[in-house]
Amino acid sequence: MKLLKKNIEKLNLFMENYPKIGIYFPQFLIILLLGIVISYFSMNASTNMAARGIETGFGFLANKASFDIQFSLIDFDSNDSYARAYLVGLLNTLLVSGIGIFFATVIGFFVGVTRLSSNILASKVAEIYIEIFRNIPLLLQIFFWYFAILRLLPSSDNSLILFNFVFANIKGIYVPRFVWENLNHFVYGFLFSILAIYFFVSFLKKKQEKTGVQVPTFTTSLIIFFTINLIVIYFGNVGLSLSYPILETNRGLYNYMGGVSVIPELIALAFSLSLYTSTFIAECVRAGILGIDQGQKEAAASIGLSKGQILKLIVIPQALRIIIPPVTNQYLNLTKNSSLAAAIAYPDIVLVFAGTALMQTGKAIEIVSITMLTYLTLSVSISLLMNWYNKKNSIAER
Amino acid sequence: MNFINWSKKNLFANWKDSLLTITILYLFYVSIPPLLNWVFLDATFFGDSKKDCTGGGACWVFINVWIKRFTYGMYPNDQIWRINLAFVIFFISIGSYFFVSSKIKKYIFIFLTLVFPFLAIFLFHGGSLGLEEVETRVWGGLFLTLFISVFSIIFCFPIGVLLAMGRRSNLPVIKYFSIGFIELWRGVPLITVLFMAAVMFPVFLPSGTNLDKLIRVIIAITLFESAYIAEVVRGGLQAIPRGQYDAANSIGMGYWKSHLLIILPQALKIVIPGVANTFIALFKDTPLILVVGLMELLGMVNMAKTNPAWLGLATEGYVFAAFVYFIFCFSMSRYSLSLENKLKTTN
Repeated sequence: MKLLKKNIEKLNLFMENYPKIGIYFPQFLIILLLGIVISYFSMNASTNMAARGIETGFGFLANKASFDIQFSLIDFDSNDSYARAYLVGLLNTLLVSGIGIFFATVIGFFVGVTRLSSNILASKVAEIYIEIFRNIPLLLQIFFWYFAILRLLPSSDNSLILFNFVFANIKGIYVPRFVWENLNHFVYGFLFSILAIYFFVSFLKKKQEKTGVQVPTFTTSLIIFFTINLIVIYFGNVGLSLSYPILETNRGLYNYMGGVSVIPELIALAFSLSLYTSTFIAECVRAGILGIDQGQKEAAASIGLSKGQILKLIVIPQALRIIIPPVTNQYLNLTKNSSLAAAIAYPDIVLVFAGTALMQTGKAIEIVSITMLTYLTLSVSISLLMNWYNKKNSIAER
Repeated sequence: MNFINWSKKNLFANWKDSLLTITILYLFYVSIPPLLNWVFLDATFFGDSKKDCTGGGACWVFINVWIKRFTYGMYPNDQIWRINLAFVIFFISIGSYFFVSSKIKKYIFIFLTLVFPFLAIFLFHGGSLGLEEVETRVWGGLFLTLFISVFSIIFCFPIGVLLAMGRRSNLPVIKYFSIGFIELWRGVPLITVLFMAAVMFPVFLPSGTNLDKLIRVIIAITLFESAYIAEVVRGGLQAIPRGQYDAANSIGMGYWKSHLLIILPQALKIVIPGVANTFIALFKDTPLILVVGLMELLGMVNMAKTNPAWLGLATEGYVFAAFVYFIFCFSMSRYSLSLENKLKTTN
């Protein structure tokens, strides 16, 4: 014991005499350890791979995938390559995340504002909603909507029919499809009207700042929007009709043809992701609105702003500054959570690539790394964007 | 009179409020009675097969018959007392923690953190001292949910604290290693980490070694959650004023001494609610392990509902599982909220 103490004292003295050692030694140790661990694992990996006769490398991406994907946004069949299967999976992930983000935002803002309502009943209902959907695991919610609701729908020949144009059955939900004539004219006109409104509104704003003359921007924008679009629709021969889903039989099997079909996996996933994430967004929104000092509203009222103006000019811009960073984080969580799709066989990147493709090729290291890297790229790019946004919008402190 | 005034102020303040109140009450009127009928009045609670369910409501017989599997998984029936014993010891020591003097508290704490984990693993797994060995692949149900969440949090807490300190270190290698490690796990979904544990770990281990699937899953969850814990702890470290570091240095304390005695005790106190929230998130993430074939509560429900004798009872199973998870998560989140309020006032 005494010897140990003496040695420690000696060591301390030594370290004091050479302070650089305290800086370099731990770092050197970490690098050494990392090197040992990595080389140990890669040595094992290479012997294991050699024993099983698996080649490493990314060449397999160009090989024929020879499996089918039941739902894809781009054309895919079993002759396409693994790389294209990856793309299909990625697009499906982005699709369900996009839908989820949209609905989660809408529901979340609505619930968050309701939570602060002066109507006690409404605020309690919002609170109960938040507590229920937030405290039940997401995977359980996905299973519930999928197995306990959508899988119990009737078969195709006696689907549930809503309002005569929505057909729901065990294979999915079918809605009419828009059939456009001269769609490109309409798109150009639409983009042009948006541009026109943007320039006109910024012109009006500059004018107001210079002269103080106010022009009702919302009404003028509406007028511009409708005039341009109606002119384009009338003169550009833009037509819109609906193609209804029709029940057809093929060798005794009933199926709906025409129209747009949405597979039940997508519905269950989008539904549960939106409901689950909306509870977190609602809490962010609530915190954002509560985070604004009461004095701000009073000050605005005292200089004669109306209630709508206070909301638009004082409350929302400041609340958004608080709300946007955590909400972006929730969007990121939603995107990552969409990987639970694999559990109900929605063909997202995890199911298609880390599931089917991995099983076929056995290239565990490559495929799992690509999948993780994809999510990592998404996350890191969104966080970088967020940091940039925060820097731009943070209050300049003196 | 009082009630009328109250409702006038809170429910019918203006026409919009009144409309909202009436709409909500109408929705209650439409949805609650059928729900109550399904859950209680028309439901069947007792029996031994699906045929006993004749009420037209929920068939709780399903839960009643399967409850043992939902709680313990496929653990052998005659060995279940071992799980119960471990949990009884656990709850007694936690319960007594709040009632005994601080001198004994210390021993209970040491017992819970250092002795109990090994005791519990020994009880669950057995294999020596006359206890029959129970392989981990038959573990399951709520027992497995609790086992995985508690053990993962025990392992990931110290790693998380070290990573948080590393991220704030002045030494570039350590700093960037910590940042890379944290951001890597925070940037990917847990399911891919579990896939990694299932298919990639075996490749990296010397051929012939067969690491138990449960251990691989716990390693994966620990890696993943330690990154989240690290970020929570970092928040606590950042909240400690610069003066505390300077004061510790000025009385001659080195890095480790100042952190162990001055900084961490204060920082960890601040982050207790954050750690509790991470634990809740971890608890809610445990069902995911079914992608690698481990059956905790949700996995068992999923399996039971495909049993030919019990088809068509998915709703009952999921409602039951949701109820159990809700009870756990809700009570934990309320507890963390009360802790947060308590800490706010004492600081």
